[in-house]
Amino acid sequence: MSRIADTFQHLREGNEKALILFVTAGDPALKDLTAILEALAEGGADLVEVGLPFSDPIADGPSIQASSQRALDRGVKIADVLEEVSEFARLPVVMMGYMNPMIRSSLAEFAQRARRAGVDGAIVCDLTPDEGTEWIQVARSAELDTVFLAAPTSTDDRLAQVCHSSRGFVYAVSRTGVTGSKDQPWDEAEKLVGRIRKLTALPVCVGFGISIPADVKAVCSFADGVIVGSRLVEWLWENWNGGKGRDKLVDWVRAMKDATRG
Amino acid sequence: MNQEPQPGRFGQFGGRYVPETLVPALEELAAEFELAWSDPEFRSTFESLSRDYVGRPTPLTEANRLSESTGLQVSVKREDLCHTGAHKINNALGQCLLAQRMGKKRIIAETGAGQHGVATATVCALFGLECEVYMGEEDCARQELNVFRMKLLGAKVVPVRSGTKTLKDALNEAMRDWVTNVRSTHYVIGTAAGPHPYPHMVREFQSVIGSETRTQYQERHGRLPDVGIACVGGGSNAIGFFHAFLGDDVRLIGVEAGGLGLPTGHHAAPLSAGSPGVLHGSYSYMMQDDDGQVLPTHSVSAGLDYPGVGAEHSYLKDTARVEYVVATDEEALAAFRRVAELEGLIPAFETAHAFAALWQAGLLQPGSRVVVNMSGRGDKDMERASRLLGL
Ligand SMILES: Cc1ncc(COP(=O)(O)O)c(C=O)c1O
Repeated sequence: MSRIADTFQHLREGNEKALILFVTAGDPALKDLTAILEALAEGGADLVEVGLPFSDPIADGPSIQASSQRALDRGVKIADVLEEVSEFARLPVVMMGYMNPMIRSSLAEFAQRARRAGVDGAIVCDLTPDEGTEWIQVARSAELDTVFLAAPTSTDDRLAQVCHSSRGFVYAVSRTGVTGSKDQPWDEAEKLVGRIRKLTALPVCVGFGISIPADVKAVCSFADGVIVGSRLVEWLWENWNGGKGRDKLVDWVRAMKDATRG
Repeated sequence: MNQEPQPGRFGQFGGRYVPETLVPALEELAAEFELAWSDPEFRSTFESLSRDYVGRPTPLTEANRLSESTGLQVSVKREDLCHTGAHKINNALGQCLLAQRMGKKRIIAETGAGQHGVATATVCALFGLECEVYMGEEDCARQELNVFRMKLLGAKVVPVRSGTKTLKDALNEAMRDWVTNVRSTHYVIGTAAGPHPYPHMVREFQSVIGSETRTQYQERHGRLPDVGIACVGGGSNAIGFFHAFLGDDVRLIGVEAGGLGLPTGHHAAPLSAGSPGVLHGSYSYMMQDDDGQVLPTHSVSAGLDYPGVGAEHSYLKDTARVEYVVATDEEALAAFRRVAELEGLIPAFETAHAFAALWQAGLLQPGSRVVVNMSGRGDKDMERASRLLGL
């Protein structure tokens, strides 16, 4: 069983929901990544997503775009990201990124390198299962979980494909749109999670627009976990402060984790 | 990427690399396009508006003084005479008709030189559709006149400040809008790039350029030309021009933006100096670094200043059916001036790249019969031209 599946099983046994936190690799500085991930673990995160910066992130709103750009401006390279990530073993790591940097050498090579760095799963924002045949194959042989996104606009056929091709968990996108904080009702997400549950026994986690404990609480009433990205990326930009904000970060995570408990 | 041949692919190129949210809309669009394109009523509406509103067929002009000066026999396909001044309206008209048929009330577009934005804003005014155009901040400054035209036509122009503030970033921002408003909105991509079905659909709407040219040339000269030349940004005028000739013994040449010269790295020539990758939803040649990050581009022409290119061109390059060459900023400006002086035709900066090929040493056999696709007129470039040429 993969570490991701294992984590969800433990959570399920303890009747708990998952807090999944996203950070961009290289923003703040890449050398701080491990320290940040350790702080997230200490505050109670269950899984972490590490964003591979890309110059043209079409699925991302202003916060993650800016963060990605800052990382690139600092000269962050994929090889360095993988090396840094390999230092962190406390929680399962899901790599999140875009197709182009991943196919630059070859998908197979990327999957192998990621796995060797201790990465447990990957999300490719601009890849859907129907275009993902090769990716699924090479990820399987590298023992990397493939997490695909389900959207409110997905047809039932497409949802079935997403469920069939996903390992670890299914990522339900809360609304039509890009990543980023937004005041929004959760009924669309709840409906989508309901549709997904009819098709799979995999855990279903919801992301896009979750930024405060109240959002976490609302979403955890119907999903198996939440993914928080933009808000954390903004928080780190404003407060990490070369590590001086570490204790505050642990508190911030703790408040989010508490909210998963209702 | 060893994928099986499938719809939406040109050899290994093309495909649909976009967030899941958009895929159902792309599937619907592909299906609706096929239905509409085989529906005689849709075709007849498209053709009558192309005639009565756009001004088709556009003429084929014999460029006698240009021929004399180059030692070639040059004809010019006059897309500059389309309403709004460029070929872009062929596609904008087709896509807006399709959007109407699909019940979409809101239209978005990206634009580089502003020609596609103006064309889309124009058709939206004609049909009473809401229109929003994304344009890089740098391009807004380079093509100020077109920004004003779009506003006058009732469109909202959104300056894009992210990334390199040019066409690629306008495309990113339009994609983000579409992901958000996909249920109410149709995204009119202005070139033959993007995810399936855009490269195919845009080619079909633009292929009128080549089919008219083929007929006109044959009627006048009793034969086909030896060579066809077009500039390549994302590739819509070129593919529309080339398509009718792909099965003929006609040499086809696409001219990319050489900027300050390929060795400087400051250019926008993905086919000549790039490598395959995924940009804006499709697998095609693009400009990227070793880590797969998209490289900044440079061209004097905003409409060619793009790091990617339509998937079909990648296929035509790899199968060697079409040759792709570059013209530098300097060569394009020189051609711009010569064509104006010799023929009384003022091409767009984009189009000037196609004309520049006429003077490239060793490229064309003396005496060849050449057709240049004049994709647009240069009015939008007057202010910069007067500065760059010091007139
Ligand atoms: C007159 C003209 N020609 C050519 C182009 C380049 O686009 P494409 O390669 O899609 O024809 C543009 C784009 O703005 C244009 O305005």
